[in-house]
Order: sequence, then structure tokens, then C-alpha cells
Amino acid sequence: MSDETNDPQTEVVDLWVAGSEEPQFQPTDEGAQEISAGETPDRLDAQFGRVIDDDYLFDDDVAEDERVIVNMGPQHPSTHGVLRLEIEIEGEVIRRTKPIVGYLHTGMEKTAEQLTFGQGPTNVTRMDYLAPFHGELAYSLAVEKLLDIEVPPRAAAIRVLMTELNRVTSHLVALATNGMDIGALSMMIYGFRERESILAFFEKTTGLRMNHNYIRPGGVVADLPPGWKDDVGGILKDFPRRLDQYDDLLKENPIWLSRTRDVGVISSEEAIAFSITGPALRAAGVDWDLRKAFPYSGIENYEFEVPLGENGDVYDRYRVRIDEMWESLKIVEQVMDAMPKGDYRVADRKITPPPRARIDESMEALIHHFKLFTEGFKVPPGETYVAVESPRGELGCYLVSDGEATPYRMHTRAPSFFNLQALPMAMADSLMADTVATIASMDPVMGDVDR
Amino acid sequence: MIPVFETLSGQFDQVVWEQSHGQDVARVPADDWYAFAEAAKGHGFEVCADVTAVDWMRQRPDRFEVVANLLSMSLGARLRMSTSVGRDEPTVASLTPLWPGAGFAEREVFDMFGINFEEHPDLTRILMPDDWVGHPLRKDFGVGSVPVQFKASHQVD
Repeated sequence: MSDETNDPQTEVVDLWVAGSEEPQFQPTDEGAQEISAGETPDRLDAQFGRVIDDDYLFDDDVAEDERVIVNMGPQHPSTHGVLRLEIEIEGEVIRRTKPIVGYLHTGMEKTAEQLTFGQGPTNVTRMDYLAPFHGELAYSLAVEKLLDIEVPPRAAAIRVLMTELNRVTSHLVALATNGMDIGALSMMIYGFRERESILAFFEKTTGLRMNHNYIRPGGVVADLPPGWKDDVGGILKDFPRRLDQYDDLLKENPIWLSRTRDVGVISSEEAIAFSITGPALRAAGVDWDLRKAFPYSGIENYEFEVPLGENGDVYDRYRVRIDEMWESLKIVEQVMDAMPKGDYRVADRKITPPPRARIDESMEALIHHFKLFTEGFKVPPGETYVAVESPRGELGCYLVSDGEATPYRMHTRAPSFFNLQALPMAMADSLMADTVATIASMDPVMGDVDR
Repeated sequence: MIPVFETLSGQFDQVVWEQSHGQDVARVPADDWYAFAEAAKGHGFEVCADVTAVDWMRQRPDRFEVVANLLSMSLGARLRMSTSVGRDEPTVASLTPLWPGAGFAEREVFDMFGINFEEHPDLTRILMPDDWVGHPLRKDFGVGSVPVQFKASHQVD
């Protein structure tokens, strides 16, 4: 028969609190001094962690003045820009959070109404500065939808190539900053180092490392540079080894696991209710990717999987991003092998400028060039909404034209803006120390949030 | 038109259905805004992807157009619903009771256009400073400019 007596000293507490790993831990009295008058045995028990003081976790009846409002940001190294959080904490536990945004608001939607449709990509590329190609692509697709034109196959393939490489660079930054926030500094160094090799290819192709203004209505602005296959091939050859390195570093790292598992959990129902898209949605187990659901730029011709998570915690979001990089590399490889020949922009000279050499010999080409760069092209009246799957989720462009050469209204559905809404819900009743891990795993880009 | 839209159009006979570049648009009267959204959510549109607005100034009798982009992951369909509200105290029902995700978007519309959303839990400015006067994305809000003086530059002949 088992002993029915219930000894409070050996009661198993199913709750992790600092110092409670070994409740039976008995300190030796070796080297101990005599108990002084102020040190009662109860106090010593508390000091040695034998008393589990968990009342701050579940007791809601504390007085209001126990709660402290802590202001985090807008200048804080781990808020990924100028995000400001007002966090109401009770001891170490976050009770309420209020994200305050707008510190990077530059009125880009208003600016877009002043720029012609051809100048528009210059503007939108500065919104989500970690995924500039996706912003350009959403805008260009919207303009093309209003113009009712199709880009040549080579232009579509180049767009897929660039956006998928861009997804890798963006996820690398997400991973690097997530690692840096939790303390995995080597991940930060690795992530930014590998990103540089892709940015070098972007620079060779578009002239800039970011804010490319490369994808424009009617196609892309320039063909791929000579020798691009060697560059992309080098990236494809190098990256599998690098991604394996990240797995060696983090995947089963106990510190990483304890900092990310069951932290910042967002369930699938919550994710859908809060309009979360992208890796944060897929980490919650919802199989939704715009590249599969509403394919664009011929991305349906390439084979790839949609990685999913299970729990929707920080760890799952990290895994989904790593897996998405593998899938993006798969797409890049297929695009590289099947790159069609032909023009990289539509031949309609009312939309895309003539080749430079034609301007010297053709009067029409000169006129077209002049008209395009002074007043731009006019777009028939109408409205449309086009969305692409950016590294952060659904990046949509709602475009209204009234028949002029500038948009009547351009609105960007910014994925970070919507994902950020879920922060208070994801952080409620979690520990203060998990704040930075949760923020980093949502991967907000403040340029995208504030626009 | 997918079957869900036919059910919805049977329920709301005031709603005008349009096709815009292959996308389904429902022009909803402002009074039916919430009821239509609720019915759409009941018929499988579980995500409110976006809420935004357009200022038509004098081009339309009702100045503002509020646009919501709904998304159905189960049906794989999108539905854009829009309504028109007048220039004097433009007000429309908030969609936050149905989709909490509409909260930030409606705050942005309030901030940028000055459109009120009834029963929104926290209808405050989100992108502009709290003490800002005016609503920047209205067409009568000037872009403004910073004066630049070039008089210090040397004359070039």
C-alpha cells in the first residue's frame, strides 16, 4: 500500500519558477555560518528556493498600484525600428500591451498621388525596405491590371527570381535579428553575412542594394546582367550549407528552445481573427499562401511546398522561415533553369520607354521617351486590388485611377501593420523577458507599418 | 459569381454587384454595412484583409467611399465591399466586432480621412501625432512644401 500522507516538502509543482527545478535540494552546512537573529529558517528556505512563491502569477486580486506601466521604445534596440510599446507589467508578467506606431510615417500614400504611374515604384519600394521587390511587384501588378496588359514571360520569370531571392534575404534578417534579440549573436553575424551575397547580386542587377525601383509597370527596367547564372548558381551552391549551419546552431540548441518554445503563442483562430498573414499565420498551422491561392507572375509553374508549423509559437515561426528559404531556393533554381528568352518588358512604347539606341534614330522613339518621362502614361479609370505574398504576409495594393497619369488613390495593405495588432494578444500574461522574442518573431518592418 | 454571392445578393436586394477587372465588388448602402459584413462572414469570409477609403471630393454626391477587402480562405475567394458616406460627419459601422483585425485599419482610415467608425473600441489617431489638425489623405489637404532658397548659389553663365 502506498503511503497516503502528503508531505508538502515533496509535492511536485508543475510550474517553472526561478529556483524551483530541484525542490528537494538540500544545501550542505559546509562552510555555513550560524544563523543570525535576522535569518529565520523560513527566510533561509526562501533564499535556497525551497519555498515556491508563485502568487504573482495567478493572483488577480492585487491592488492596482502593483502594476507598473513600462515604456519600451520608440528608440530601443530590439523593437526593430521605431516601434513603441506601452507595457503594463505586474511583477515580471505582462498584463496589457499597447503598440504605438506612426514614428516613421512619411505619407507615402499621399506621395503616390503626386507621382506618375511610372514613378510609383520609386515610392513603394521604400515602404517595406527589407522586401522592396515585393512592394514594387504588387504596385506594378495593380497598374498592369488596370492597363489590362500582360508582361512577357521573361519579365515574369525575372520578377519571380528577384522576389524569391528577396524572400531569402528578408527571412535572413528576420532570423538574424531574432537571434540577436534572444542573445544568439552568432546568428546575427551569419544572417547578415549571407544576405550580403544576395545583395551583391541585386546590386549588380539593379544598381542598388535596396530601394531598387527595378520592377516597373510593363516589366522590369533592365535585363539580367551578363553572367547572372554564375551568380545565382553560386548562391544556390552556397546556401544549403549555410542553412544547415543555422540548424546546427539553433535547431536543437537547448537555450534557443527554452527561449522560443511556447512563447508568444498565436493560435490559428486568433491569427485569422486578427488578419495575420505570412509566416506567422502558417506557423499556426493554417495552410494559406497567396502564391498557391492566387498565383501571380507565373509562380504556379514552379514546384514548391508551403511549410507549416503546429503551435504558432516563436519556434514555429523560426522553423517556417527556415523552411521557406529552402522552398524559395527551390523556386530560384527552377526559374534559373527555365528562364525564357525574349523581351524583359512589354513592347508597347506607350508604357515602357524605347531602347536608348532607338532614340537617336527614330523620331517616334524620341517623342515616346519624352512623353513618358514628362507626363507619364495614362491609365484607364477603374479600381483594383492586387496582393502578393511578401516575406511578412499579404502585401496588397489597392489602386484607383480616374484616367489621369497619376493614381487617384494608392493604398498599401501592409502585412506588418496587421501582424503588429496581434502583439498585445500574443504577449498577454507572458513574461517580460519574452517580449523581445515575440516582437522579433513577428518580424515587423516599421517602414511597412507606418508607410 | 460564386454561389455564396448569389445567396448574399438574395439576402440584400439593395446591394449592387459589379465586376472590376475580374474582382467581385459589392456596393453596399451605408446602413447595411455591418449586416452585410456579418452575413459575408457567416458565409465563409473569415478574414477582413483590409479596410481603406477613397475621397471622391466633388466627383460623387457622397464624398467618401469606404472599402473593405474580405478574404475567404475556405472558398479561396475575395470580395470587395464598398459603401459611400457623405461629407458631413462621415460615419459608418465598425467591423471590429466581427474581425478584431480591422481595428488598426479603421483607425488609419479615421486618422487619414476623418471617417468615424461607430462602436470602434479605440478610435484614435494611429499614424499622425495626436494633436494633428486635419486628415492628410483628404483631397483638400494640401501636400505642402518646404521653401528652398538658392540665392547663395553662384551665377553660372
